[in-house]
Amino acid sequence: SPQVVWSMLGNRQFCSYKMTTKTQNFCRNEYNLTGLCNRSSCPLANSQYATVREEKGRCYLYMKTIERAAFPRRLWERVLLSKNYEKALEEIDENLIYWPRFIRHKCKQRFTKITQYLIRIRKLTLKRQRKLVPLRRKIERRENRREEKALIAAQLDNAIEKELLERLKQDTYGDIYNFPIHAFDKALQQQDAESESESDAEREEDDDEDVDKREFVEAEDSELSDFEDMDKLETSSEEEQEEEGEVEKKASHSRSKGKTPLKGPARSKRPYIEIEYEKETEPSSKTKAA
Amino acid sequence: AAEGTEPMPGDGGSPPAPQRVLFPPTFSVSEIKNKQRRHFMFVRWKQQQRKEKLALKKKRRKEREALGDKAPPKAIPKTIENQRVYDETTVDPNDEEVAFDEATDEFAPYFNRQTVPKILITTSDRPRGRTVRFCEQLATVIPNSHVYYRRGLALKRIIPQCIARDFTDLIVINEDRKIPNGLVLSHLPDGPTAHFRMSSVRLRKEIKRKGKEPTEHVPEVILNNFTTRLGHSIGRMFAALFPHDPQFIGRQVATFHNQRDYIFFRFHRYIFKSEKKVGIQELGPRFTLKLRSLQKGTFDSKFGEYEWIHKRREMDTSRRKFHL
Repeated sequence: SPQVVWSMLGNRQFCSYKMTTKTQNFCRNEYNLTGLCNRSSCPLANSQYATVREEKGRCYLYMKTIERAAFPRRLWERVLLSKNYEKALEEIDENLIYWPRFIRHKCKQRFTKITQYLIRIRKLTLKRQRKLVPLRRKIERRENRREEKALIAAQLDNAIEKELLERLKQDTYGDIYNFPIHAFDKALQQQDAESESESDAEREEDDDEDVDKREFVEAEDSELSDFEDMDKLETSSEEEQEEEGEVEKKASHSRSKGKTPLKGPARSKRPYIEIEYEKETEPSSKTKAA
Repeated sequence: AAEGTEPMPGDGGSPPAPQRVLFPPTFSVSEIKNKQRRHFMFVRWKQQQRKEKLALKKKRRKEREALGDKAPPKAIPKTIENQRVYDETTVDPNDEEVAFDEATDEFAPYFNRQTVPKILITTSDRPRGRTVRFCEQLATVIPNSHVYYRRGLALKRIIPQCIARDFTDLIVINEDRKIPNGLVLSHLPDGPTAHFRMSSVRLRKEIKRKGKEPTEHVPEVILNNFTTRLGHSIGRMFAALFPHDPQFIGRQVATFHNQRDYIFFRFHRYIFKSEKKVGIQELGPRFTLKLRSLQKGTFDSKFGEYEWIHKRREMDTSRRKFHL
């Protein structure tokens, strides 16, 4: 009889569906109506019992009566409830007519809860679902390692610098950068295209200038960039004319770009070597740079 | 057991370098059962090998010097780039078919200067601080770009709105565990969508020796090493992000460099110190991308038509085969 069952399982001995926590006891039985372990909610200890369960989105009412207690296979009777909420409630009522109030009430409550969560599921599946893709450790490691090696092989800085210089050579920057040699080369090519004889004569002249110009160009660049170029300037000019501080002096004085044409003819009178003594201040600035 | 002619040391220390040890030809180190002794013999064998190799090198060098000018030229060392498996989709610069394709694909309006790029940058849901800052920095790097927060909106609904507001590109940065790890780049009016895996993201403050902030000038674009057809289309996608006419006054350059299927993005400011020398200074964020899939239409993970997906089992088999 149910009392005996309850006194054995519920209170004293072991029930495998019972889960105890600090504050409450739960029942893991799938036919349990409330989920708690009580005398009135235990499906094993009540010979007349009913629950509502859902399967694949449809709700069913399960009922158990004393008459079928001897036939475990036919113990639970299943009734499909309608999809309409109110109609389903009425169906519960008419199936559980004359049943204890507690069970009827709890069945309806449970049914309400189930329909609410079914609605929620349907709404969520319409929204975006986050797909979790597991990371494979070996593959992650492999890819990281390959990335490092590719980075080393890429030599990015060199590649970028090379590309920029290429673009400068191909004149994509137009007239912005005033590198006279460059412009001179271009002019040379243009003159080649036009006529050879004229260009020959010009070329000879220009060559003379060019030799001197070269040093001067680098001197000009020192104003654009840092002191390291001053270094370069110093060494290069020293290579060519060791005696003259004239070049450096001129470089340090001339801060404007337009001096090239002036200096050219002045410089071509090079046979007279003017030895000038450097002022003391200038070398100190250069040595600071060095 | 047939072994060398030296006494075994009692401890497991490294053996003294043997002068002339002869290993009989049928001897193999792996046959010794004792682990210590096996290790010892292996180390000794290795040293011997190294010695032989050095001797060989020296001999060769002497021969080379002896020959002088008549010496054969030095052999080129093998690198992975040298040994790359030839990809049949490599683009030949003079290929007309490719040129024709490119004139009629989705980027043609951009390359014909009919459209001005306008980019929308967004993230996945609930971005963390790092991703947000990365998005902001990316927005300063790419001109004419806007950052919008994704508040749980579905991409499929964002896309028609973007098209209506004249955006040309959409960038979605995916985040995982507080770092950005994926990038979806979608060309909007019905263009291809590329999904990348993003790694080594460095924000501006983490870059050493960085310069000042990137200015508003339109940067130049450098695309390196995009050789195959696939690489070409990806390269064009990147190029379409930036306006066509760079402002050289700004002296800024954005680089997409492809090396072994990894695309490195850098943003620099350059200065020409002479015509043979240029200095570059890194501004801006940096990251690396690896292409995972290229889809024909706009973003649609379920019903999209994929032009290319990275299939690990088929494509990762050879170390010398690359697809971009």
